[in-house]
Amino acid sequence: MATFKSDASHSDIELRKKTVPRSKVILKQVIKRYDLYLMLLLPLLWYIIFQYGPMYGLQIAFKDFNPALGFMGSDWVGFEHFERFFSSYYFGRLLWNTFSISVLSLVIAFPIPIMLALLINEIRSTALKKWVQNVTYIPHFISVVVIVGMLSLFLDPDSGFVNVLLQSFGKDSIAFLEKPEWFKTIFIGSNIWQSMGWQSIIYVAALSGIDPQLYEAAKIDGATRFQRIIHVSLPGIFPIIIILLILDIGQFMNVGFEKILLMQNSLNLESSEVIQTFVYKNGILNGDFSYSSAIGLFNSIINFILLVLVNHFARKKAETSLW
Amino acid sequence: MTSRTKGISDGKVFDFLVGVMSFIILAVVLYPLIFVVSASFSDPSRVMNGEMWLLPKGFTVDAYTEIFKNSDIWNGYKNTFIYTTLGTFINIILSTLAAYPLSRRDLPGRNIFMFLITFTMFFHGGLIPTFLVVQDLGMVDTIWAMVIPNAIATYNLIVMRTYFQTSIPWELQESAMIDGCSNIKLLFKIILPLSKPIIAVMVLFYAVGHWNAFFNALIYLRDDQLYPLQLILREILLVNQLSGTESAGMFGMDEKILLGESIKYALVVVASVPVLIMYPFVQKHFVKGVMIGSIKG
Repeated sequence: MATFKSDASHSDIELRKKTVPRSKVILKQVIKRYDLYLMLLLPLLWYIIFQYGPMYGLQIAFKDFNPALGFMGSDWVGFEHFERFFSSYYFGRLLWNTFSISVLSLVIAFPIPIMLALLINEIRSTALKKWVQNVTYIPHFISVVVIVGMLSLFLDPDSGFVNVLLQSFGKDSIAFLEKPEWFKTIFIGSNIWQSMGWQSIIYVAALSGIDPQLYEAAKIDGATRFQRIIHVSLPGIFPIIIILLILDIGQFMNVGFEKILLMQNSLNLESSEVIQTFVYKNGILNGDFSYSSAIGLFNSIINFILLVLVNHFARKKAETSLW
Repeated sequence: MTSRTKGISDGKVFDFLVGVMSFIILAVVLYPLIFVVSASFSDPSRVMNGEMWLLPKGFTVDAYTEIFKNSDIWNGYKNTFIYTTLGTFINIILSTLAAYPLSRRDLPGRNIFMFLITFTMFFHGGLIPTFLVVQDLGMVDTIWAMVIPNAIATYNLIVMRTYFQTSIPWELQESAMIDGCSNIKLLFKIILPLSKPIIAVMVLFYAVGHWNAFFNALIYLRDDQLYPLQLILREILLVNQLSGTESAGMFGMDEKILLGESIKYALVVVASVPVLIMYPFVQKHFVKGVMIGSIKG
């Protein structure tokens, strides 16, 4: 459209077009590309049914959902489910677990791929560099079920190698997976093991895009290699760090709940029950659809608000943002 | 002079530290993987008493023979194979059909569509309403629940669109259209043949996702004949149901428990090998895919 306007005075054809109303021009463009819309039809239908359908269905958070009556037919109950959730005794615990796991992940697990990328960037030997990269990517391809299975094998109080090692030092074995105080450490630690390599890819790519002249200049100015990391490498990847941080915070409340669900047992529930696992149990297992939808909505809204806030803040302070 | 020699030794110390840290990382990542493989091939009693710590001790393939006798595991493998193949096929078709038109700068309404699609990355209906929609469609306990609700991953769709937009010259498409080429013909004759790398990346992203997924199966499937491998694994590794290994009963009770442990190690290997085997061949493509995605951010 922009080119149409600027070129309008230059050719007769454009002049003639100009007299035709804008809506008609657009209509013509649409008709000419009808087959593109045909292609879009199926994917759009999928988005409407499987993404916007559930959003529409969220109204049951404010209703007393009756499967026989459907989303629309059920009776409104206002904020009843929310009030019940906020005043329940487990509300505090759920919120605390969800928040603490998220905050710990952001503080501990988020910087590690950055450090790994900086390390990879400093490796001089190409062979070693390739090794470190390819080996650290491997765990990303292992399924959550297998990862948690490995944890339970390694940490088994009788036969797991961690405890066999502890015993050989004369220590008592620890049933790690049954101890609430160990849950967060194991969860975040194994997350780091699984994803640090994969998440470092983007940073490594960004680091390789930094102008070598900047390093040369820093070197001439007498900067040590460590100083070059701090003053050249890090600022070079700062925008991408911010973007990934925003995306992570947008998932703040979700805390990788599929893995948490697999790691849960009745003994560690005190520190492993998070909002999403609670929604699963109440909704899918107990069939309390309205109540768990309300809790899910609460979760999504916090995520969304955090995303908008962080994005706004990043745009103001770091001049980098998603939109 | 002094400052220069100091600089050199500084660099050497630095390189040394970088090397040490690299080896520590390699060891930390590789050790659990090597341990699992070795344990699966070892005499279970020597794993349990800590004698086996790196390489197999008392080499045996008993655990694997037990696994291959188990019909649940075979059935899980078969189901996972079907879900992965069919699911990936649907993923690729739908993603391409969406990504191509959305990559066309001359498509009126493109920004509205993009907004509708991107918005779902940041806000969605959540677990329960999605479950109810799938249930209303009568998909629960059918193969369709495994391949339709996750037919498009928005992130992958955006990666694909970015590729179409940045890697295929617009002039090429324009000249084809001036020659009277229809959009559908354009997609199949020009765009797709030029997009093999991104299609490969997408196949891999989606296929690995299907292979490793367990949660949709957990909520949508009741019939254990439909269970994918990951659900069977969950039962054996985490819920401790060693059904179908009755044949181990020919040993004494202790041996049975011991064998159960080594079966778990072997299962971890059996479940991960298909993905890891193709890993060296496709590793480059994977990395490329992540990088294309990062252009858009």
